[in-house]
Amino acid sequence: MEVAALTASLQQAVPDATIEPAPSVDLQTTIYVSRDHVAALARTLRDAPDLKFAFLAELTAVDYWPREPRYEVVYVLVSIEHRLRLRMKVRLAGAQAHLATVSDVWPAANWLEREVWDLFGIVFDGHPDPRRLLMPEDWEGWPLRKDSPVQIRRPPHVTEPLQVTAEEFRQNVERDRMARE
Amino acid sequence: MGLEADYEIPVLTTSVEKMVQWARRSSIWPVTFGLACCAIEMMAMSCSRYDIARFGAEVFRGSPRQSDLMIVAGRLSRKMAPALRRIYDQMPEPKWVISMGACASIGGVFDNYAIVQGVDQVVPVDVYVPGCPPRPESLIYGIVQLQRKIAESRLA
Repeated sequence: MEVAALTASLQQAVPDATIEPAPSVDLQTTIYVSRDHVAALARTLRDAPDLKFAFLAELTAVDYWPREPRYEVVYVLVSIEHRLRLRMKVRLAGAQAHLATVSDVWPAANWLEREVWDLFGIVFDGHPDPRRLLMPEDWEGWPLRKDSPVQIRRPPHVTEPLQVTAEEFRQNVERDRMARE
Repeated sequence: MGLEADYEIPVLTTSVEKMVQWARRSSIWPVTFGLACCAIEMMAMSCSRYDIARFGAEVFRGSPRQSDLMIVAGRLSRKMAPALRRIYDQMPEPKWVISMGACASIGGVFDNYAIVQGVDQVVPVDVYVPGCPPRPESLIYGIVQLQRKIAESRLA
């Protein structure tokens, strides 16, 4: 499918959205879309009969600091039915680095969005489980931001926080015992 | 060593301290875990070609409760540091630590936010083995050095 036809099809489904074709070195179909319409566009891309992008292959982000808008969130989509691939990009300014989650459209986005949140600090509004994925849970900072230091001189944490209280531990043991009997 | 002639059966006299040192250094049981590529060399060391059994340290245990040597083989991430410390705390005394390779000793090429710059910030290290990764011979030499250290350690 040509970029023009795809853009027209999306524009018809979501009239308010800004959709523009983007240059790509590898000639893969690439579009820029506006931040506020990502959720609606995602649903259209997945469900429209001529698109059927049912597979979210990758969701990642790029930091172009000090350029503004500095972030680009990249969605790589595959339509197995129509044998199409699409790269969808969203530009985000540093001051308002948040956009809607697509984890209700593609469940695969759940951990990928957690990873982007963990490493870039981009907030996904409405994410069901917004925890860090790779870095320690008490980590401060966003390592893959370009203005984040590569080397830090800080002693490592060597103790783990208590994960259950003594009372919860007793309850768990009791529940486990009852399940076995 | 003067009593042998007085007995029919062969005996050897020594001190309790020497006996304990001999027992400890002759059967060092390492705990089975590797963090990165150094672990491959550690496995080679325990296999037939290099055969650490010659020095009595071939019994790699799956449980820290049965081990007395921790070979930190590879780079240690900051997220892994509490787990490493926990394994060390679970080992019974007396216990020793070998820091294997450049990454475990000083962070190696990974001079970044994610890697601990030297495991001596997390656990007390007895022997540092340099190399990237060290050859099995180097690690065997490190274990022999540890055995010398144990032989010279005093009971309380």
